[in-house]
Amino acid sequence: MDGTFDAKATARLTGARFLAAFAELGAQAIEADILQPAEVLLDLYGEDIRARAFVTHDPLRGEMMLRPDFTVPVVQEHMAGGAEPARYCYMGEVFRAQEHAGPREAEFFQVGYEVFDRVNTLDADAEVFALFHSLLAPLGLRAAVGDIGLLLAAIDGLDTTDKRKAALKRHIWHPKRFRALLDRFAGRSAVPASRQALLAALDSDAPLTQAPMIGLRSQSEIAKRLTALQEDAATAPLSPNDVAGLETLFAIADKAPKSLETLQELALTMPAIAGRVAMLETRFNALDAKGIDLGGLDFEATYGRTTLEYYDGFVFGFYDASDAGLPPVASGGRYDALTRVLGQGREIPAVGGVIRPALVAQLEAKA
Amino acid sequence: MIKLGVPSKGRLMEKTFEWFAQAGITLKRTGSEREYAGAVEGVEGVNLVLLSAGEIPRELAAGRIHLGVTGSDLVRDKLADWQNSVTEQALMGFGHADLIIAVPMCWPDVDTIEDLDAAASAFRAEHGFRLRIATKYHRLVREFLRDQGVADYQLVDSQGATEGTVANLTAEAIADITSSGETLRANHLKILSDGLIHKSQATLFASKTADWAGCDAAKADLSERLKIAL
Repeated sequence: MDGTFDAKATARLTGARFLAAFAELGAQAIEADILQPAEVLLDLYGEDIRARAFVTHDPLRGEMMLRPDFTVPVVQEHMAGGAEPARYCYMGEVFRAQEHAGPREAEFFQVGYEVFDRVNTLDADAEVFALFHSLLAPLGLRAAVGDIGLLLAAIDGLDTTDKRKAALKRHIWHPKRFRALLDRFAGRSAVPASRQALLAALDSDAPLTQAPMIGLRSQSEIAKRLTALQEDAATAPLSPNDVAGLETLFAIADKAPKSLETLQELALTMPAIAGRVAMLETRFNALDAKGIDLGGLDFEATYGRTTLEYYDGFVFGFYDASDAGLPPVASGGRYDALTRVLGQGREIPAVGGVIRPALVAQLEAKA
Repeated sequence: MIKLGVPSKGRLMEKTFEWFAQAGITLKRTGSEREYAGAVEGVEGVNLVLLSAGEIPRELAAGRIHLGVTGSDLVRDKLADWQNSVTEQALMGFGHADLIIAVPMCWPDVDTIEDLDAAASAFRAEHGFRLRIATKYHRLVREFLRDQGVADYQLVDSQGATEGTVANLTAEAIADITSSGETLRANHLKILSDGLIHKSQATLFASKTADWAGCDAAKADLSERLKIAL
């Protein structure tokens, strides 16, 4: 590698190649501002993005953020008046502050492709994945896929209250808290002493606190949660079968055909996931029809669980198997829920992905 | 010359002077009362630099001072990957303070991080924005809450009088240092039972980035006198 200056020029040229390939397929090239309003992104992603974003102040527009990704501005542009169905491509720098020293860059190019299609969602999943697969084929990368929707469906199928399901779904992206909740709901972890004392006090009608009310969280919000805690305490624990099924599902990690077989078997005792498993099969068949060797494809049930929270369906990534420390060379997935949030009532099924041309250029130089 | 950075005023400075005095090293301020100049007696080749405790982590990381006394909380909060730029040489046994998360006493339903997380979820749904936690320790608090898998909160910056932010409606909870808990109680706040983020105390740090060339004699002398391994 000849220093940052040349590396960046090479990355831009490499990215331009992908951008041209996307445009040639009919994707409309679009630009997004580098300075994005911070509030929208912070509200969507929370503190994680603040730690990783360069936030700055604009005298007229207030708190702004150096673009941490393209997905949000692309969705916003589409929502503001894009035709349907639509295919977009783009290229530019994104900025991610790094809190730890290492190989990850604070500023790098992304070149991406996004499909907004209301009708043929499974085809669109297959289209995006197959496109990335063929463009990256010369690099011999490891490809992995998953489906967050499968996990969400499994939680929906649990025999428990909607509140418990919502709590589990909310933490699907935070494995440690998810585990703690699952243990609590399964009755496998002790109820904290303070919770037991509180529930006893609620039963005896003893006054809970003499402290004056301060802050924005109101008496009625507190009362609502107290009721919720009482209801939850009266809720039966998850059945051992339910928990075992969930754990079996989360542990699935194998080549695509073997994983599908395991999933189909699991669906016999977990009917809630049968629909998503059938969808996965349709997706795999579509990939097979496009000439992708499923035997070389990894399926990991929890894939995408520790990345940004907006993926809620099919997810994928391409990795240089020889360097586990590097970020994925390309990654993407379906983010229907994000369009629902940004669309304020409107939504459009969307799937897409990005390639990091700098990593591609490095691998090509090595070859 | 080894440059030793020490807090420039208050109890932290006095206690630091006492700590070094026990090893027979006299640190003192010189000149007028308002002048930040100092002198070292009892050991050769060491210069005293008086600094704000909050700036000492940065000066250590930049290698502009070799040794520095500051709170372990400040080093962890102000320096990314702090172990890469400084080493802990001695826990000095004073300046104790706990970085904790506190919520209003009038929340009987919240005692643990799990409760806070659940309350944050409901709060966001009710108010349309994330539950605000006021703090000046952004890195430590964020890393703690991320590790705990807490969602639906936001940090709001508070450089002082943090305990008042809840009553002033600029935050719903706080993360701040406390030693006796008195200010918390006076402001009707309680500490979460599993909300201890870091137990801080005054600590002698050595810079990994400073130029230690030509400091060998002073280094050996200090190591022996302070029973540390420079």
